[in-house]
Amino acid sequence: MIRFDNVSKRYENGHEALKQVSFTLMPGEMCFLTGHSGAGKSTLLKLIMRMEKATQGLVMVHDRNLSQMADRHVPHLRRNIGVVFQNHQLLFDRSVFDNVALPLVIEGADPSDIARRVRAALDKVGLLNKEKLSPIMLSGGEQQRVGIARAVVTRPPIILADEPTGNLDPKLSAEVMHLFRQFNETGVTILIASHDLDLVYSMGNRVLTLKDGFMISDGNNAV
Amino acid sequence: MSETDKSQNRGATPRVAPVPATPKRRQRVGDPAPPKGASQSEITDSSRRRSTWRHHNQMAKDSLWRILRSPFSSLMTWAVLAIALALPAGLYLFLGNAQVVTSNWDGASQISLFLRSDISEEQAQRLQSSIQLRGDVATVNFVSKAQAMTEFRELSGFGEALDYLEDNPLPNVLVVRPDASAGDVQKQAGLLEALKKMPEVEEAQLDLNWVKRLYYIMELSQRAVLALALLLGLAVLLVVGNTIRLAIESRRDEIVVIKLIGADNAFVRRPFLYTGIWYGLGGGLMAWWIISISMIWLEGPVRNLASVYASSFELIGLGIGDSLLLIGSATVLGWLGAWLAVARHLGEIEPR
Repeated sequence: MIRFDNVSKRYENGHEALKQVSFTLMPGEMCFLTGHSGAGKSTLLKLIMRMEKATQGLVMVHDRNLSQMADRHVPHLRRNIGVVFQNHQLLFDRSVFDNVALPLVIEGADPSDIARRVRAALDKVGLLNKEKLSPIMLSGGEQQRVGIARAVVTRPPIILADEPTGNLDPKLSAEVMHLFRQFNETGVTILIASHDLDLVYSMGNRVLTLKDGFMISDGNNAV
Repeated sequence: MSETDKSQNRGATPRVAPVPATPKRRQRVGDPAPPKGASQSEITDSSRRRSTWRHHNQMAKDSLWRILRSPFSSLMTWAVLAIALALPAGLYLFLGNAQVVTSNWDGASQISLFLRSDISEEQAQRLQSSIQLRGDVATVNFVSKAQAMTEFRELSGFGEALDYLEDNPLPNVLVVRPDASAGDVQKQAGLLEALKKMPEVEEAQLDLNWVKRLYYIMELSQRAVLALALLLGLAVLLVVGNTIRLAIESRRDEIVVIKLIGADNAFVRRPFLYTGIWYGLGGGLMAWWIISISMIWLEGPVRNLASVYASSFELIGLGIGDSLLLIGSATVLGWLGAWLAVARHLGEIEPR
């Protein structure tokens, strides 16, 4: 589903964020990405979204080589990846419903279809009764769940999450992780970047660890 | 919201039959494995067209609403656009009216052909009918010596003195009026030359000077108005472009987010293009209104002036065609200005 082959990323300011990183995520796999801040977690996710291009090596998503992908195909790539951001990236000038509906509107779904699918996604994250509120009236945990609902509403085959529990207390974090696990059980490939090692290892999934741009371990039992 | 959209779509587009062919998703989020790329493959061409239309419809309304939500600044923008549009349009109207006035004078341009004294009246009349056949001539009148003498006698007051003349010293004259459609100065001069060369003609006269002056003044004014229209059209582009630039800037976060979740450029562009269209349309309508008000305001004085000159001249306002042209070109300029801003600034906003 996602394959990195000897990928390096050097930014224009000379900072080398990723160094010869290789790994493969199989369809339906759930995997964590850890490392101290600045280790390259965000860069790795950005490469998958084609927000950045690899300086070297091969990034394959859906069997497509992202380095050779024309810009006009990038929107299509992103529609097939649901992303959960640490800072939610919600739009505060519209309701929770409209925020979650946005990917479907972009995709061009029917209005009746949109309503049904948005409510299904909100139901899944337990916010069905808050669809008319503005995201600004919600708590941090609720906002994060709105972000998750928006990421899954189009039922993308891949979900990426960048520190999805960054601002949440342990109980809420566990709930959010439980949600991801549920999506994974439906066959969605999930990659979650997190520095919360306790939480990550408690999940028992595969863990990729980055340090200073190198991938120093790939497996369950890493330190 | 979805209900109203639907009913409006129905009115405006020929809807494709209710698409049982499109497989509707019955899956819920928790249901088993969504197939890879599923969200795309289910969207057929016709439903994509409908959804694009729906988005156009929504964005048209949404951008209009955003403009109306800040009425004061929008009104200012519209007023600036309206003034920039009304100025050349008003001058264009003024020129049009001036042309109507001067076309009455244009009829006064005539060529007098003084025939040689050995040309008889019959020969003169044959010449009259042969000149009449020319395409660039409207009418030819024959004034015989005798007629001319009679006229002269009546008008000059030399009646008795003229009786002492043995001969009639006046020549036979043909008065040629150039055709109005061949009315520009060069053509009239060409006609004059051609007539002068005729063997029967002793002398041909055309008082070109003031016709020429008038013609060149009109030509100059037309150019000046055109140049002004181009400049002010450019001003409209820049005003709209700058307004749209600010709108893009104020919605930067939103643009980043929708690009991140897979909006293509057309989708991102659409609301701003509609904003440009609304600004242009509003500016055009306001310009039309300014001109109409001015016409009403000027009507009385113009009528008074015309009556002093014993003329029944009436101001000509913007016809339906000109009005549509004004409002239409304003709308196109608004759209174009938005395009320029969008092309320049949307590319810069990429998620980082």
